Amino acid sequence: MSVQIDLIEITINGKAREVEPTNLLEMMRSEGVDPKRPGIAVALNDRVVRRESWESTDISDGDRLEVITALQGG
Amino acid sequence: MSVEQAGDALVIGSQSFNSRLILGTSRYPNPMEMVRSVEASGAEMVTVSIRRINLSDPDAGSILDYIDRDRYRLLPNTAGCFTAREAILTAELAREALGVDRVKVEVIGEEDTLLPDGAETIKASAALVKSGFEVYPYAPDDLVTCLRLQDLGVAAVMPLASPIGSGMGIQNPYNLSLIREKLRIPLIVDAGIGITSDAARAMELGADAVLLNSAVSGAHHPVQMAEAMSLAVRAGRMAYLAGRIPTRRYAKASSPTEGIISVAAGATGEAEG
Repeated sequence: MSVQIDLIEITINGKAREVEPTNLLEMMRSEGVDPKRPGIAVALNDRVVRRESWESTDISDGDRLEVITALQGG
Repeated sequence: MSVEQAGDALVIGSQSFNSRLILGTSRYPNPMEMVRSVEASGAEMVTVSIRRINLSDPDAGSILDYIDRDRYRLLPNTAGCFTAREAILTAELAREALGVDRVKVEVIGEEDTLLPDGAETIKASAALVKSGFEVYPYAPDDLVTCLRLQDLGVAAVMPLASPIGSGMGIQNPYNLSLIREKLRIPLIVDAGIGITSDAARAMELGADAVLLNSAVSGAHHPVQMAEAMSLAVRAGRMAYLAGRIPTRRYAKASSPTEGIISVAAGATGEAEG
């Protein structure tokens, strides 16, 4: 007997994605982003989530994530 | 003796600078050219942008792979923002990502000219000052807007010389000189510098520093132009401190007017034969 997991729909960097419910730290790992990488930051629904809070931050249906870094700029 | 040796440091918020040139890191032919240009410019602070990570290539590099943060201070910008809300979130993301509480607030009001939106710039700057940022707003060359920004506690104001990337130089020297006269905090001329004389002129008008990017990154030889800009900014600064002479409508002889020799009246000056 398998356990049915309801997928949630989120938007990450402007792209819709269906994922299993998870926390932000796991989410970043599954996106291939090294959580220890310097120079990155995440906003969840227009609020910055500090790195130390990623693990305790659950991702819910309808959430919008922005994952950023610093690039060349004027 | 150079002005640097004379203790002419520039203080902006908590930061002190010997160089009065701030350089952008965008649109160089390649990253190594950018790094060499930054070095040649003598800049101690460089601007960077905040952008989404490419999740299909999450290991792609960032500007931090190229800029030695022990040598250069970062000034993240909010380029691409059209509202105060976007700019505020971008600044907060920058603070989290880079660990700096400086931000160049850039809120654009019109797409073709990329001119700053004064009202949204004021709104974003006010909120960010309250959140503890040292705010460097990219501002219109409008005295009253710059004074309002000063009133709400920004670290410096950065009125434009002319539109971003236009290379048109200083279009409104009167406006900039008015702002200089009335403003008590550092004035940085940002955007529109095309060539060395533009940068020197900005400094001659009393700007405390110049922020430029395209004039260097778009030059045929960026590294050479970076060094030229460094010299221009220093020359302009020294000239400003030295004090220019008043302009006059008619000539004023520079050689002594006493003791000028005379020749016989009516002489033609032609050799006699």
